[in-house]
Amino acid sequence: MLHYIGRRLLQLIPVLLGMTFIVFLIIRAIPGDPAQVILGQQATKEAVAALRASLGLDNPWYIQYFHYLGDLLTGDLGESMRTKVPVASELWPYLGATLELSLCAIILAVIIGVNAGIISAWFQNSWFDYAAMIIALIGVSMPIFWLGLMEQWIFGIQLDMLPTSGRDDARNPVNPITYLYIIDTIIQGRFDQLVVVIQHLILPAIALATIPMAIIARMTRSSMLEVMRSDYVRTARAKGQKMFWVVYKHALKNAIIPVLTVIGLQMGMLLGGAILTETIFSWPGIGRYIYDAIGFRDYPVIQSGILVVAFMFIMINLLVDILYSIIDPRIKYN
Amino acid sequence: MNSRKELLQVRELETTFFTDDGAIPAVDHISFSLKEGEILGIVGESGCGKSVTSLSIMGLVPSPPGKITSGEILLDGKDLTKLSQKEMRKIRGQEIAMIFQEPMTSLNPLFTIGNQLTEAILIHHKSWSKKKASARAVEMMKLVGLPRAEELLKEYPHQLSGGMRQRVMIAMALVCDPKILIADEPTTALDVTIQAQILQLMKDLNVRLNTAVMLITHDLGVVAETCERVIVMYNGQIVEEGPVELIFKNPEHPYTKGLIHSVPDMRFKKQRLFSISGNVPKPGTVKQGCRFAARCEYAFDRCQQENPNLYQTAEQHKTRCFLKEGKEASLDDRTAIESK
Repeated sequence: MLHYIGRRLLQLIPVLLGMTFIVFLIIRAIPGDPAQVILGQQATKEAVAALRASLGLDNPWYIQYFHYLGDLLTGDLGESMRTKVPVASELWPYLGATLELSLCAIILAVIIGVNAGIISAWFQNSWFDYAAMIIALIGVSMPIFWLGLMEQWIFGIQLDMLPTSGRDDARNPVNPITYLYIIDTIIQGRFDQLVVVIQHLILPAIALATIPMAIIARMTRSSMLEVMRSDYVRTARAKGQKMFWVVYKHALKNAIIPVLTVIGLQMGMLLGGAILTETIFSWPGIGRYIYDAIGFRDYPVIQSGILVVAFMFIMINLLVDILYSIIDPRIKYN
Repeated sequence: MNSRKELLQVRELETTFFTDDGAIPAVDHISFSLKEGEILGIVGESGCGKSVTSLSIMGLVPSPPGKITSGEILLDGKDLTKLSQKEMRKIRGQEIAMIFQEPMTSLNPLFTIGNQLTEAILIHHKSWSKKKASARAVEMMKLVGLPRAEELLKEYPHQLSGGMRQRVMIAMALVCDPKILIADEPTTALDVTIQAQILQLMKDLNVRLNTAVMLITHDLGVVAETCERVIVMYNGQIVEEGPVELIFKNPEHPYTKGLIHSVPDMRFKKQRLFSISGNVPKPGTVKQGCRFAARCEYAFDRCQQENPNLYQTAEQHKTRCFLKEGKEASLDDRTAIESK
């Protein structure tokens, strides 16, 4: 197993390398000049040229690329052209915000989606099944921005129950350690802040969880339906086992593997693709961080931000592959 | 033999599948009984209702679309068709156990043999410790002839051969000392040498544990080797019932005759294999007359109009054929048969 993980980590190198190259080229294909953006429309040609030179933008693209790669190999993600702050330190708070939100969303999606799928398959063609699958269908086809706005309007404005933007109370901000505020407040014993942090999480987490939840529910249902017809499920029933355990022990463990694949992919999507939700809920996440950087043509931030997201995406998929072999003893990677 | 108690009595059982094409009676008013410690064979072609009969007894008919629509299944005077799911769960595994055709897929691939065996024990012996259950599992595995039982507890089904898996299935079925074992084509998926071993094992266990066995098969060879009594089913009905020697020596129903005739005889290699002409009609399609009439070489007008009853032609022999009407064993005949 360790051998396999080692091999997978080695395979990571060419993948990430190829990715840096593609991202590097694509962002330079976007029209616009970082120096011009930073200095504004009124800047003189000389000033722009000087700034370009100081940012290293006057070099040919391949020289720039090799400089970037050289920095990466020494663990340096570069420095924001706009703020002059190293990307590595600037990235952390945003990454923490995105991780916290997407983990909450995926946990919510898994708990509700998997159970809805199981119950739908168990009581196939019941009213629950029909209702759950119609809701799931609405869920996958729901525009996230609309759902987010509706949530804000109903729970934030009309009912005034939950906050609609940000991560914490600006008058009583969380003192960040890991930038995962739930963990930070627990470490510091600030349970008053913990409540506020969770309140801030609820609406964006629901908005973000909707599509994955619907996909997971549908996937679980179809996978369970197939497994429920299998011989070993009949054997378990013939032993006199309770239906609950037949479903949640014998059937679920077999049905969960394809669902796990979907969960892994969805989790990856949430990490990089939560820009809409982050924008609507003013959530200071990595999606918005990269999006803003694109506006400023802040090349190092875009390059390294995407690299970090891709790295996490790959790690999640590795984790999923490892989970397969833990669940199914027939899957051996060596 | 007659002094043995009837353990299980099936009375006028009808199991219907409600499909888009209408209600299909897969099992059509069948009655039989299983005696203590006997091995009863149920033979018939695919789709004749053998498996549905056994699933009906276990209360495992896939529902919907299947449902027991009439009749009763009596076990120790309790009607299983009237029990709640909870009461039925106590019967399954503990009173009546079942093994299935496909040992390759009947064990859960993701749990160890030990986990699945002890689960079967702990369902019915809730107060037992895991250790005690494991010890019982090992004991049972040794009884069914599995080598290195302790190690097998930690192994997964895919690490075992088909024959070993079927032994595990048998061990799992018998682990709670059920009175009845229903074996649904237990050897069909195995190769011939393993088949013989598994059948011998079932015979041995039948003698040693006094478990009554209901052996469902389409293989007359298996019946001849293993069973005492046999029921021949055709299209959801019993067409002939009797002791094995009698049925093989003196088959009465044209269908049984055809079945016995179709067993290949190894002495004559070049001989063309006999087969009953035509196909098994779909259950529920023969609305009138004898179910077998369309394929029967003896069929006459009446066979197209009415379905014959099951006539008692000898002490333990019953046949569903008009040719046997009026030839039922009289009291005198019976004493004559018995004195032989």
